[in-house]
Amino acid sequence: MRNVAKLCGFFLSALFAFFSFGAFAADAALERAPDTMQARVMGCAACHGAHGEGTDNDYFPRLSGKPAGYLYNQLLAFRDGRRKYPPMNYLLAYLPDAYLKQIADYFASERPPFAPPAPVRVDAKTLDLGKTLVTKGDASRKVPACVSCHGASMTGMEPAIPGLLGLHADYISAQLGAWRYGTRSTVAPDCMGQVAKLLNDRDITAIAAYLASLPAPSDPVPVAAGSFKMPLACGSVHN
Amino acid sequence: MLRFRHFRALTVAVFLAACAVPIEHAVAQGADAATVKRGEYLARAGDCIACHTLPAGKTFGGGRPMDTPFGTLYTPNISSDKDTGIGKWTAEEFYTMMHTGKSRDGSLLYPAMPFTSYTNVTRADSDAIYAFLMSTPAVHQPNRPHELRFPFNHRELLLGWRSLFFREGVYKPDASQSVEWNRGAYLVEGLGHCSMCHTAINALGGNVKSKAFEGGLIPIQNWYAPSLTSNKEAGLGDWSLDDIVGLLHAGVSNRGAVYGPMAEVVYDSLQYLTEEDVRAMAVYLKALPARSGDKSPPPSQAVAEEKTSLSPLGKKIYDAQCAECHAAQGQGKPPDFPPLANNQSIEMNSAVNPIRMVLNGGYPPGTFKNPKPYGMPPFAQSLSDVEVAAVVTYIRTAWGNHGAPVTVKEVNELRSAPLY
Repeated sequence: MRNVAKLCGFFLSALFAFFSFGAFAADAALERAPDTMQARVMGCAACHGAHGEGTDNDYFPRLSGKPAGYLYNQLLAFRDGRRKYPPMNYLLAYLPDAYLKQIADYFASERPPFAPPAPVRVDAKTLDLGKTLVTKGDASRKVPACVSCHGASMTGMEPAIPGLLGLHADYISAQLGAWRYGTRSTVAPDCMGQVAKLLNDRDITAIAAYLASLPAPSDPVPVAAGSFKMPLACGSVHN
Repeated sequence: MLRFRHFRALTVAVFLAACAVPIEHAVAQGADAATVKRGEYLARAGDCIACHTLPAGKTFGGGRPMDTPFGTLYTPNISSDKDTGIGKWTAEEFYTMMHTGKSRDGSLLYPAMPFTSYTNVTRADSDAIYAFLMSTPAVHQPNRPHELRFPFNHRELLLGWRSLFFREGVYKPDASQSVEWNRGAYLVEGLGHCSMCHTAINALGGNVKSKAFEGGLIPIQNWYAPSLTSNKEAGLGDWSLDDIVGLLHAGVSNRGAVYGPMAEVVYDSLQYLTEEDVRAMAVYLKALPARSGDKSPPPSQAVAEEKTSLSPLGKKIYDAQCAECHAAQGQGKPPDFPPLANNQSIEMNSAVNPIRMVLNGGYPPGTFKNPKPYGMPPFAQSLSDVEVAAVVTYIRTAWGNHGAPVTVKEVNELRSAPLY
């Protein structure tokens, strides 16, 4: 009997050793991808930077620090075709809502430093027009000031109004143009679409140049939801 | 993306005339909840939703454009709506359409509707799908007429096409094979309609039976649907069942991930099947004869020179941009960062897929088993044609891979391939 027990013990330890070795061998052979969001969004990093800080390319915007609700809305809009840019539409086509929300949360919580503003390429008069439209709007044409929705410090408002700083002039200009022509749209009422359609080419150049000339905000965090009342209703913001 | 899947063949049912005929007894009254549920599952296996629903549109409302070499087809509304959907159809009429490729009014369907596969579906399964479709909300959305060029806008031509490429008949189980193999065969050859992409089509838009599952280029969308035969070099012969199941069910495996049109198939269809059904499909696929339509000719001198001239630059780019994820020896960090060494998708005769992955990047689908997939960045914006050709040549020929070098011209042409 004792021998049988011994034998069983031997087999058990042999078996145990075998399995431990097997497990060890598997670990050693197969290095896994890091289980982090940063590793998962490497598909985004080539154009938007590892932390969403943006790159030198004028048309790939900074993502970090924008309100999570805004980023989530954009991811949904790209996936579902409300916002058209084929490379983005393609990358997001088969990603579920819950994951897009996590991607939005990741970039919203990142705080990489801002790059210094690029040199201004427009004349003083144009820059001045930009400043007026951004800070005061144009009541005669019913154009609201940018700051009336995007906040006095232009860092946006939770949950879904984006900040306007740290973006390249060409990007801002392209987006306002896209809204004017309908290749960028959002859930109705499409407030930004309404505003963009009131702007002419010169306005857009001026606004883009002025915003891109501003230095990084000292506190880039979007203001809390409901901090101020917006002049028009937006479908992307659930009031 | 997958909206393009069925472009390969001329398409889709025009149900227009049919819907105008006032017959009232069509609704599947009395279909029990279990049948509806089974129908929903089978509709997933058939991936009806991918073609018959616009992205973010109303389910089964149709209207999805499909560019084919013959013009653009618009998928019809298959919701339960009586005026614009199939709400007036009977289960019998639905089965006739699935089985014979003829619509309710007798008109011939364009073969973008995969009736050459669906003909294998049993009457009971067809009835369950019908009961499910009848249980879905009615979507009032009139069908959009197809925009086909002459002579393809003449349905009479389909008679000739059908005599060449269509054999009507329900799937007959093979008693010499296991129950699992038969289940897999039924799904692959029937609702799964895998041959639509994985069997090459000829100039007439028909599948060539002798080349079944040997792979082929999907026209217009410009992705290569790889061989599914058990051929060791090009097909699945060298894959374990678990890896095939992983690929089809989760979208990732230790051998590679799905991307391009196959990502949509997994996202909309395969992830919803039971693992048993997916395993049965894997068993069937792995048992396909080991034919290969993908044998490369020995490299010419010009090709060999291309490799010699491009590879050093390719290695430099690989080490700087790719090795972090795919590892120094191309072994990857599976399943999330796929291996490139000994990967058919990289080595196969057609270099379309590896070139496009480098240009466009891609995320595998988010699935129940892999809800947070890792993504490959696009490099179209940062690498030149020469650099892309160099790095793809490198990964196709390094670490014992035996793919052929790619040319700068091939890369340049694929820059304009449709993305979405």
